[in-house]
Amino acid sequence: MNGVHDMGGMHGMGPIEHEKNEPVFHAPWEGRVYAMTRVVRAAGGKQNLDNSRHQLELLPPEEYLRMSYYERWFARLVDQLLKNGVITRAELENGHPSPDSSKATPAVTAEMVPVMVARRNSARRETAVSPHFKVGQRVRARNIHPTGHTRLPRYARGKIGVIVRDHGVFLFPDTNADFLGEKPQHVYSVKFAARELWGDEASPRDSVYLDMWDDYLERA
Amino acid sequence: MAKSKNPRVGRRGFIKGAAASAAALAAESRMHATQDPHDHDHDHQAIPSDVALRVKALESLLVDKGLVDRAALDAIVDTYETKIGPRNGARVVARAWVDAAYKKRLLTDATAAIAELGYVGGQGEDMVVLENGPKVHNLVVCTLCSCYPWPILGLPPVWYKSSAYRSRAVIDPRNVLREFGLELPKDAEIRVWDSTAELRYMVLPERPNGTENMTEESLAELVTRDSMVGVAKVTLSKPGGTA
Repeated sequence: MNGVHDMGGMHGMGPIEHEKNEPVFHAPWEGRVYAMTRVVRAAGGKQNLDNSRHQLELLPPEEYLRMSYYERWFARLVDQLLKNGVITRAELENGHPSPDSSKATPAVTAEMVPVMVARRNSARRETAVSPHFKVGQRVRARNIHPTGHTRLPRYARGKIGVIVRDHGVFLFPDTNADFLGEKPQHVYSVKFAARELWGDEASPRDSVYLDMWDDYLERA
Repeated sequence: MAKSKNPRVGRRGFIKGAAASAAALAAESRMHATQDPHDHDHDHQAIPSDVALRVKALESLLVDKGLVDRAALDAIVDTYETKIGPRNGARVVARAWVDAAYKKRLLTDATAAIAELGYVGGQGEDMVVLENGPKVHNLVVCTLCSCYPWPILGLPPVWYKSSAYRSRAVIDPRNVLREFGLELPKDAEIRVWDSTAELRYMVLPERPNGTENMTEESLAELVTRDSMVGVAKVTLSKPGGTA
């Protein structure tokens, strides 16, 4: 979707504020939101990483820009818990479990945390799929505007680049985010000259590398 | 049980409009503080923000429903505050500086080479390491969200997640680096890596001159988080606070 999350190349976002000796979490609630999100994710159910990213993109743009990073995570967590029926609106408003709900058993205990954080959950797939392109080949990022989740930034659409590396086969976020299947395909590192993306003002020496799935590319 | 058709309405009501319950919660916790003689210091604490109260309310609900174990939350927070952070990446960099064979493995199969030092896990499943040199400078960003290699750098700093960095790193990298105090020569090539897929990037910074006799351990002390994202160089006098 052409949302405000797709920020590459936008103007007006101000200077970069670099904080010295920055803490990992700026307030305890940020850590709790992060940890609750990890635990809820580990519990399974109808969710995946691509869908989670899409939930953030679906925040209304004015809210997205106003919120801090962990406020977005908190909003997403509440949205997801409600949408998946894990909690109800009434429970959220009352702050207590409804009398007719049965008590669950936590999916993650403290003892399980070291294993949980070290767990690999790769999007790489061993499926045998032929690559559509090869290293060194010129390609054009397709000029498409999917209304759902996509990892093809607007600033690269229609632009010509060169395949510099074939990363292998990965699940496809555009379909996976909507639970429409993994559609495994090759992902490449594609090099775009800065001038191809931004015009003659850009340095002739600079470039931007994007990781792109076969479905984002066409021959150039 | 009535479920909301539009969960966002429920969440908005909860996050924005739950002032009454937040106030009740605050009153409850103040009452608690006065009842418990060991808790008297709490009276002098700053009143928690609304969002802090709502997060607390959600946590209590999830604990009461048996969905969340508070000790597990504590352990996750502690893990990313004290165990998984940029010191991991610094050890990878220092090893690569002193061991040419390791460096070669790191640049060809980063995931396996990083795993040799025991760093594995979520958001580090498929790693790529980029070598900075006098003529080539690599810089990592995620314009679409805030993808970051958690197992070796920990959770990302606020600036990395900011709209300013995400919007500008790809279109204006030289000025971005200048704001970090890094002026690159005109003839240097900048390569910006936008983490659009599940590959996670770490920069292998240049080893500074004058470190020839240093041990691997003391070299690791020099390596900053920022140098492994590509917004800084490693210097002999480690600038304070860049983690």
